[in-house]
Amino acid sequence: MAGVRLLVGTRKGAFVMTSDEKREKWDISAPFFAGWEIPHMKASPVNPDRIYASVYSGWFGQTIHRSDDGGKTWNPIGNEFTYDGITGTHQWYDGTQHPWEFKRVWHFEPSLTDADTVYAGVEDAALFKSTDAGVTWKELSGLRNHGTGPQWMPGAGGMCLHTILLDKSKPGRIYIAISAAGAFRSDDDGETWTPINKGLKSEFIPDPDAQVGHCVHRIAMHPTKPDTLFMQKHWDIMRSDNCGDLWTEVSGNLPTDFGFPIEVHAHDPETIYVVPIKSDSEHFPLDGKLQVWRSKTGGNTWEGLTNGLPQENCYVNVLRDASSIDTLPSCGIYFGTTGGQVYCSPDSGDHWNTVVRDLPAVLSVEVQTLP
Amino acid sequence: MSVVRVVIPFHLRNLARVDGELELEVSEPISVAAVVASIEAKYPMLAGTIREYGHGQRRKWLRFFACKEDISHESMDFLLPQPVRDGVEPLLIVGAIAGG
Repeated sequence: MAGVRLLVGTRKGAFVMTSDEKREKWDISAPFFAGWEIPHMKASPVNPDRIYASVYSGWFGQTIHRSDDGGKTWNPIGNEFTYDGITGTHQWYDGTQHPWEFKRVWHFEPSLTDADTVYAGVEDAALFKSTDAGVTWKELSGLRNHGTGPQWMPGAGGMCLHTILLDKSKPGRIYIAISAAGAFRSDDDGETWTPINKGLKSEFIPDPDAQVGHCVHRIAMHPTKPDTLFMQKHWDIMRSDNCGDLWTEVSGNLPTDFGFPIEVHAHDPETIYVVPIKSDSEHFPLDGKLQVWRSKTGGNTWEGLTNGLPQENCYVNVLRDASSIDTLPSCGIYFGTTGGQVYCSPDSGDHWNTVVRDLPAVLSVEVQTLP
Repeated sequence: MSVVRVVIPFHLRNLARVDGELELEVSEPISVAAVVASIEAKYPMLAGTIREYGHGQRRKWLRFFACKEDISHESMDFLLPQPVRDGVEPLLIVGAIAGG
């Protein structure tokens, strides 16, 4: 029987949750890595039982763990992330130059074709790659050494590389996003990079049309329409139909276009989802009502989805890696909150159920669709 | 070669899958760096968790104590007191009190 497996990373440990295709009843594991922060976990699409976990502590730094049995058991693997060559500097909060310093892994993106290959997006922003299932890591330094590096600056959460998209139709094509530098594209498996930020306007930087410096929060892509990208920026929902060469705003009738995650429906590349947040100063839903907003037109026209979500006294946030979609026929959608709730809609957003409600703050949610 | 006793924090014991104190054979001169290197050799999963990769300095939220003295701000080449070198007293590696 088909089912799903949720990988939930929290401020105080990791949880693995499973359900059948109805997605009504959930088996929830005890916490793995209890007491550690779990910025992200993600499984290989080639070997779904192979899962990579970023396990971080302010005291002990970064560790990486891998499971080869679907999250039942875990083993530590390589945790040395050394920048390649001259480290260089980026812009600091006060405008001075500051040396790159590795802090943590924000995001894993396992290869679409090789179970031993995985990419890691880290803070301070850089992209690393492992071809031995996470035992060793090598920086793809063409990104950090892109000429604009000294202009990159940390956002409030740090200068993180948080989004990695792989295009199965074009081997070697990678998109990444950095807060606050912007989005970049590589067509040679990460050797060289092109900034793809034209059309983004960010009022908080002096030049609103700057090539870099934009606070991109998340990018999403549908595998059957890979030249179309959707972006949740610091403010603004954006869309590109030419691989990021030009972006146009599609915020439309959203009540607020600030937010963090953005997702594309598993079976309709023009249906997208965001979770509007009041503002960059108040990171919670408008009026205490938690709502997912859906556009079936690729943006501009949006509808609020509330059935089953709290509509009073809700002041949580949904972080950029804390949403995911499954590929079952009805397309399940999942997100976790900083209040420790994980919600599931088994029907493309029409109805929402609570998977669990009292976890530590949720940092990341990934779902696997199992045969 | 001496046997040095080391107490490490709860989370590092879990990571290394050990209970209680570590006992490590360390060659003279027995410095903080030499002991940490022995820990990393015997428990490679602890590499990078006590001292940083690269420059090899103590992670800033950890403290080192020996014979009731805070030696956190000594050089990593600081030679441990004789009772620690003899295994009479343990080297304590302690997580700073912080967080929630």
